[in-house]
Amino acid sequence: MEKYIKGRVWRFSENVDTDQIIPAIYLVTGDRQELAKHAFENVRPDFAKEVSDGDIIVAGPNFGSGSSREHAPRALLGAGIKCVIAPSFARIFYRNSINIGLPLVECDVDAADGDVLAIDFEDGKIVNTNTSAGYTFPSLPDFLVDLLDVGLIENTKRKLTRTG
Amino acid sequence: MTIAEKILAAHAGKKSVSPKEIVDAKIDYVMVNDVTGLPAFEVFEEFDTTPILEKSVLIQDHYVPNKDVASAEQAKSMREFAKRYGIENHFDVGRGGVCHQIMIEEGFAAPGRLIVGADSHTCSYGALGALSTGIGSSEAASAMATGELWFRVPETQKFVVDGELGKYVMGKDIILHIIGDIGVSGSLYKSMEFYGSAIESLHLSDRITISNMAIEAGAKCGIIPPDDAVFEYLKNRVIGEYSPVYADADAGYEDTFEYDASEIAVLVATPHLPENVTPASEIDVQIDQAYLGSCTNGRIEDLRAAAAVLKGTGKSVHPDVRMIVVPASKSVFEQAMREGLIGIFMDADAYVAGPTCGACLGGYMGVLAEGERCVSSTNRNFIGRMGHPDSEVYLANPAVVAASAITGRITDPEDLLEG
Repeated sequence: MEKYIKGRVWRFSENVDTDQIIPAIYLVTGDRQELAKHAFENVRPDFAKEVSDGDIIVAGPNFGSGSSREHAPRALLGAGIKCVIAPSFARIFYRNSINIGLPLVECDVDAADGDVLAIDFEDGKIVNTNTSAGYTFPSLPDFLVDLLDVGLIENTKRKLTRTG
Repeated sequence: MTIAEKILAAHAGKKSVSPKEIVDAKIDYVMVNDVTGLPAFEVFEEFDTTPILEKSVLIQDHYVPNKDVASAEQAKSMREFAKRYGIENHFDVGRGGVCHQIMIEEGFAAPGRLIVGADSHTCSYGALGALSTGIGSSEAASAMATGELWFRVPETQKFVVDGELGKYVMGKDIILHIIGDIGVSGSLYKSMEFYGSAIESLHLSDRITISNMAIEAGAKCGIIPPDDAVFEYLKNRVIGEYSPVYADADAGYEDTFEYDASEIAVLVATPHLPENVTPASEIDVQIDQAYLGSCTNGRIEDLRAAAAVLKGTGKSVHPDVRMIVVPASKSVFEQAMREGLIGIFMDADAYVAGPTCGACLGGYMGVLAEGERCVSSTNRNFIGRMGHPDSEVYLANPAVVAASAITGRITDPEDLLEG
């Protein structure tokens, strides 16, 4: 995982559910790029067209609530999203994101659409380069850092090798 | 320790665990449905191993019978996965129904078990005293391969509902009342435990509705201490042995919430969050569709409650309303036929269909057009959940769904039958 990223903000409000991230009618594939074409289609039709690789989502509390669909973080990764920042996340979305390599940061950040944020994962710091406001966030437990880094697939392969 | 802590400790091979601790625990079952299955099977192929057959359960329910070619391919991938590895626990069209109903009916869910499923409403089995929770597809694949998974031990909140419930108040109203109080993130990452005389007085079916919607408060699980109602249900049904787990007298709860059952009204959750609750008698909203079904309220007790309202009034569904009835499983459907409920629905001009998740998630067979409103016995009223982004879903108990179908407006059954 990259230790430092800088990206443009897409701002969302609180309780963004996974039906908003990827509507159920598109749950007929697991392909990230295919899912990304319909990300936020019902609530923010411009997102899929205008999102670029390296962008960041900043949202209110309880991001990713609702359905367990892993298609949601897959769609965001497919769209090029490099990190989601919110004061809190729904637990299944949180697990899914860490498992497939989408970094999440639990932090209440004041940022508007188009602002550029610089995130230092190692030092736990965020700077909004438009407002110069700075924020800090606690680091993840070691277990999750490792999981985010290698991914659940590799983690499982290692487990199978150890026990097999 | 609380029930969740005890179940996790037992499955992690530890004497005790504490909230926030991360443990690797052995799971009893891992379930996927046709939507979450496909990505899980693709991930599974990377492991170069075979699934643990007796722990893996595959259930076709979201987009079956297939709604289009893409969903047909998806369902086919589940059939092929089941065949390739010889997974016997595969419930296809005509042999099963909505996944959580099947997990309970077929005896997979039982007290003290640790069950994961790639569907957020896996928390339903808490009604039988299990710790069951939703996971993603990749981790379902991992659990099928290794038989274990990582868990963060949740903090536990205690909910006590004492007293007598009103005549038309159901499990749905209890959980909506609680979510209305604590909000959709009121139990984020936590375990909910339910106690009190009102909970003990409920049918298992109503308890399942409560546990089912724990996720709508953000919870990891919603557990009800198992009693005779559960043990009786499991006779001649449960697979293998089980041991009920109860909380210690000195268990540490993060918080305790107490409710007077007599103050819980027949409720409706208005768009677009389950926390937007209001008494059904206090809102006046015209509806286009009334949907009765789902893992939340598609059981025989739910169909009975709705049929009683239709029969009690002797009236048919309002001419401007489509009422859709979807029994949650084949056996619920059969029971409803034996009891004459299907006849009551059809005589009242309701449309009755075979088991599927269907319209609950805006999949097919009951999708809403722009501006349409549906009163629904399901669990989510998110933006666009049942179809067009400008359509609306109002969550309610089965009796409200039936009463509203008759009047064409959201209606408290008491106002219709006893007003």
